[in-house]
Amino acid sequence: MTGPRVTRATRASRIAMVLGAVTLIVLAAAPWWAGRADLRLMGEIFLYLSLACLWNLMAGYAGLVSVGQQAFVGFGGYMLFALTIFGGLHPVVAIAGGGVLAALISVPIATLIFRLKGAYFAIGTWVMAEVFRLAFAQIQALGGGSGTSLPVAIVKEIGRKKAMRESVSYWLALGAVLCVLLAVYVFLRSRRGLALTAIRDSEVAASGLGIDIWRTKLEVYVVTSALTAVIGGLIFLQKLRISPDAAFSVNDWTAFVIFIVVIGGIGTLEGPIIGTLIFFALRETLADFGTIYLMVLGLVAIVVMLKAPKGVWGLIRDRFDIELFPLSYRVHHPKD
Amino acid sequence: MSDELLSIRELDAHYGDFQALYGLDMSVNPGEVIAIIGANGAGKSPLMRSISGLLANRAEQIVYRGAPIGGLRADQVAHLGIALVPEGRQLFPSLTVEENLVLGAKVGRTGPWSLDKVYDLFPILRERRGQASTSLSGGQQQMVAIGRALMANPELVLFDEISLGLAPVVIKTIYDALPGIVGAGLTAMIVEQDISKALSVASRVYCLQEGRVSLQGRTDAITREEITAAYFGVDA
Repeated sequence: MTGPRVTRATRASRIAMVLGAVTLIVLAAAPWWAGRADLRLMGEIFLYLSLACLWNLMAGYAGLVSVGQQAFVGFGGYMLFALTIFGGLHPVVAIAGGGVLAALISVPIATLIFRLKGAYFAIGTWVMAEVFRLAFAQIQALGGGSGTSLPVAIVKEIGRKKAMRESVSYWLALGAVLCVLLAVYVFLRSRRGLALTAIRDSEVAASGLGIDIWRTKLEVYVVTSALTAVIGGLIFLQKLRISPDAAFSVNDWTAFVIFIVVIGGIGTLEGPIIGTLIFFALRETLADFGTIYLMVLGLVAIVVMLKAPKGVWGLIRDRFDIELFPLSYRVHHPKD
Repeated sequence: MSDELLSIRELDAHYGDFQALYGLDMSVNPGEVIAIIGANGAGKSPLMRSISGLLANRAEQIVYRGAPIGGLRADQVAHLGIALVPEGRQLFPSLTVEENLVLGAKVGRTGPWSLDKVYDLFPILRERRGQASTSLSGGQQQMVAIGRALMANPELVLFDEISLGLAPVVIKTIYDALPGIVGAGLTAMIVEQDISKALSVASRVYCLQEGRVSLQGRTDAITREEITAAYFGVDA
């Protein structure tokens, strides 16, 4: 007699893997087939998707609802400028260095803000981001309140010609989103990911099984902070100019990211992908209408939260029972 | 020095301003099965939560293998070999049966219990191992909760309200499995409202009333009338 078979992969996930591989090859070749504006837009999409995946890991899985991740976007951006201008590092090395420094600085920040719970935690993270903004506005060597530009000599280290620089920036963004998606997926499939999901479900039961809740959340906070700083570095490598208001913008780097995750489906890997596509579709369609664009975003967010609290991906998953990134097991019973 | 596995000395427990336990004294020897009985609000669950580290206490109030553990966090207590089967099961709804069980082994202790052993104890879980834990019946969920605790290969298992809300036939299945569990060298404390069930497996009993021990002794040396009096706080 054949017993029930347990698998993780589904037909949908296998198709998604093949389509994903083909899409990746097409996207990697984009500098040869896409226009400069499209290349820039796709780079921006990849970076927003990375930020959304990281925020989703933190809020959707670890229960750390931060509205202050712009602190690390800005920190990563400023570290790119500081480490290249004053440290003489290659921009890519500086971006990685910014990630390491963000990891280090996130530990004392976590020690402070982890004492706060729920809404107080969220406000605490925002306050921390404002402290970052005000602190960097005081550094005159980096342009103070009005900011600074990346010197031409450093920009040329990326590529001698503008087309080459844009291609490299695009590939770095594509590589970043790929690394973030893979890292989050592998992490969630690991035992640590299992522990994280357990904490989200029941902190009491999780701690009773020997899971150190504080440490697990700290690990997630440190890793997401470091990777968010790396993404911040890549964002400002595209922009080539930084100022405290742009670097630590709660609107650009947190509000839009929360919108993406909530619309797509918080606590799922697919949600941020769907949410990013919806966000950019709305932005590209409505950008010419000025403030109406922001009002429509708000309206969409309210409607989705009321009608589909699990997000667009939640609706799709409930209706079709599919999973593109298989995290859970499924039992297949033999027909006879 | 005594050979007690666990000793509780003048344990007070509080939920905010409410005091749930008043100077409780208790001892548990290796290999014993202790029944903790008492009416609702007697302090059984606060006792379980205190031992497992979910309620903070002074270090010296709870001593395990001669070491004070009253001040430790729940995850630290779990690493010492104390596992809790919590009231209401508290399974992880996002995870499958097998993932719930695997998490039990997170403490990394070695011993006789493994996935296969748990599946041998509760064969239905083997069939359901890929299902979401919340899709199971209440009895099957309790089996997962017990299996998850055993996966930690503990020395002491705390069963909090082991049969609460379960159908009689399921309770029988769970109690039929208990000798196989404690026979493997475990020490157990069983919180139970069904007195007969608790006494059928326990060697000693503590009856709690309003946060204090109202009766204690060997199950074969205490009469039903004494238990009724201690349970309800009335003269037999």
